[in-house]
Amino acid sequence: MYTKTSEQRRDWACWALQHVELLPGLSAPQWELVISQARRADVLARLAARLQTSGQLDSVLAAPRSHLRAAMTLWRAQQDDVRAEAAQIAAVLRDSGCRVVLLKGAAYVAGDLPAAQGRLFSDIDILVPRAALRQVESNLMLAGWMGTHLDDYDQRYYREWMHELPPMQHLRRGTTLDVHHNILPITVRQPPDAALLIANAHRLPAYGDGLWTLAPCDMLLHSMTHLFHNDDLSHALRDVSDMDLLLRHFSTDPNFWPELMQRARLLHLQRPLAFGVWAASEFLGTPVPDEVRLAVDRAEVGWSAAIMRWLWRRVLRTPHVDAALPGASVAQFVLYLRAHWLRMPPMLLIRHLTIKAWKRIFAKSESPSTGQPA
Amino acid sequence: MLKLASLPSGELARRLRGPGLRLRTGPLVFCIRSRVPEVIDGLAALYGAHEVEQPGGFADFHVSINRALGLRRWWRPKLFFGIDGDSPFAPLPGNQGLPMLEWGLNWCITANCHQYLILHAAVLERHGRALVMPAPSGSGKSTLCAALLFRGWRLLSDELAIIEPATGRLVPLPRAVSLKNASIEVIQRFAGDAVRFGSIVHDTIKGRVGHFPAPVDAVHRADERPFPGWIVFPRFEIGVPATLEPLSRGHALMRLIENAFNYNVHRLAGFEALTHLVQASACRTFHYSDLDSAITLFEQMAHDATPATTM
Repeated sequence: MYTKTSEQRRDWACWALQHVELLPGLSAPQWELVISQARRADVLARLAARLQTSGQLDSVLAAPRSHLRAAMTLWRAQQDDVRAEAAQIAAVLRDSGCRVVLLKGAAYVAGDLPAAQGRLFSDIDILVPRAALRQVESNLMLAGWMGTHLDDYDQRYYREWMHELPPMQHLRRGTTLDVHHNILPITVRQPPDAALLIANAHRLPAYGDGLWTLAPCDMLLHSMTHLFHNDDLSHALRDVSDMDLLLRHFSTDPNFWPELMQRARLLHLQRPLAFGVWAASEFLGTPVPDEVRLAVDRAEVGWSAAIMRWLWRRVLRTPHVDAALPGASVAQFVLYLRAHWLRMPPMLLIRHLTIKAWKRIFAKSESPSTGQPA
Repeated sequence: MLKLASLPSGELARRLRGPGLRLRTGPLVFCIRSRVPEVIDGLAALYGAHEVEQPGGFADFHVSINRALGLRRWWRPKLFFGIDGDSPFAPLPGNQGLPMLEWGLNWCITANCHQYLILHAAVLERHGRALVMPAPSGSGKSTLCAALLFRGWRLLSDELAIIEPATGRLVPLPRAVSLKNASIEVIQRFAGDAVRFGSIVHDTIKGRVGHFPAPVDAVHRADERPFPGWIVFPRFEIGVPATLEPLSRGHALMRLIENAFNYNVHRLAGFEALTHLVQASACRTFHYSDLDSAITLFEQMAHDATPATTM
């Protein structure tokens, strides 16, 4: 039986994010593990961009360097696309009479934040007031964005219980847009007040009056909340890296940390904050002031906190089989169930999962999967 | 340099089952793992002339073809393609390991290797110039490519045109050539004893699929990157005489873009690379039904038409 060496079992992607300055010294076999894991964790372009910024990309061995350059090329193209798409959205929603707030990756790019470095995208997310949802949706549809998930149950799932419309896709460009009216589903026990987020938003001067981003503290709280509540953790390490870069950037303002804690209380997001601060410092060594760390540790004590951290340690790592800790697949399953548990009251959850399972079995018998890579 | 065929007996299977077989094809090294007998035998039959790298170097991709675990191991077994410890595709039936590996390797390249501009095209070389034949599946591109390589044209790739954007040169990626359905018998008749197909796989999504090894010469000359000479858009049609017709560079450019995998990723550089490609090439459309008259026309084209100016 073939056994892997301890070198192969390391979480190389996580290590590389923390030690960019040491990367040019790696040997070819070490680079092989870094490239493979970083590609899997969706942070290859980020490593490349950071090496480029520090002027070290050219000192990397030729074979891994070509992968880093390839990832950079893809990232640059996506950045252009996101900027162009944001300008389209701003133009289409200019007369909708509400603030249109860019979220996550698109906001990092439009705001020229460090977390835009090497950040890849699959879609664009915006936040608008719930009252403006109809107007926004119809403006977008007139401009070529079409709703997806057209079956009745999915429509009801999104429109009654979720914090977003079913994803919209542009007819010609094929780009995907998620229109949110909150950052958490309406069915969670204490959803944050989205009006507070929108009222506090910052204008993006490059887009006239058209586009806004969340204020720094709210942007971080959203990033933490998103990961804390997500059932799909395949980009978890990249998301932790986003938080790490944003925390390091914004915390140069001395008022940042106190404001972050205060804002979390106001929005009922203390638990996601405690989680995010712990995850960023645990995985990427983000500097956290002592008083914040104390507050976080005070909030998360006892055996349930210990179990949660055991689970997160297994799931926030690079999702590569080589780097997996024992118990990783159990942890993934438990956190998947937990994400759903947080999202809906128990009876609604049971109903939803039953219908989902039923639809999956039914869909399978109707259309056999092709399985062929494009 | 170690050839796959010169590995001691049992070593190929030992590597595939254990640390991985490090197979070089053109500029890339794939570290392949598999316990599936069809994959092990297929690699032995089709990749004997390819170089095998020793551990301690750099492999570009870690891929695997393995059976689903549990009951599915015995009951209607399914195979999974793995890359970087993930299985991004739906599984395929247990006999399709080899076609799945070939598709998977192509996917690794088209989804990740943006250091190159990549087109869906067969590429061959004659008199130091590359012939690029872009076409969607079902146009007779692979059949024509197979026929040409048995008549003295050097194979670069039967599926992917890989272009260095900075120089405009074409990068060889010699791999097993895949043919589908009736093309298998057509090429068997055409090439006679010169072609040795590995085992034919039935009932894939593309029908019956057979592979034969890339010619040894094509594998050995994988470092020779020719400049382009001709762009030909082939189309097989029953009963038509073989005809090569000129195509305007503008139209050729539009059709290249339709057949590109990552044109949009390269932005302006992609447009410039394709513009150079059409400027450096004689552009033609080609209709054919009979391979022998096709070869005659292509030989004539390679001799007469001096390709347009180089870049």
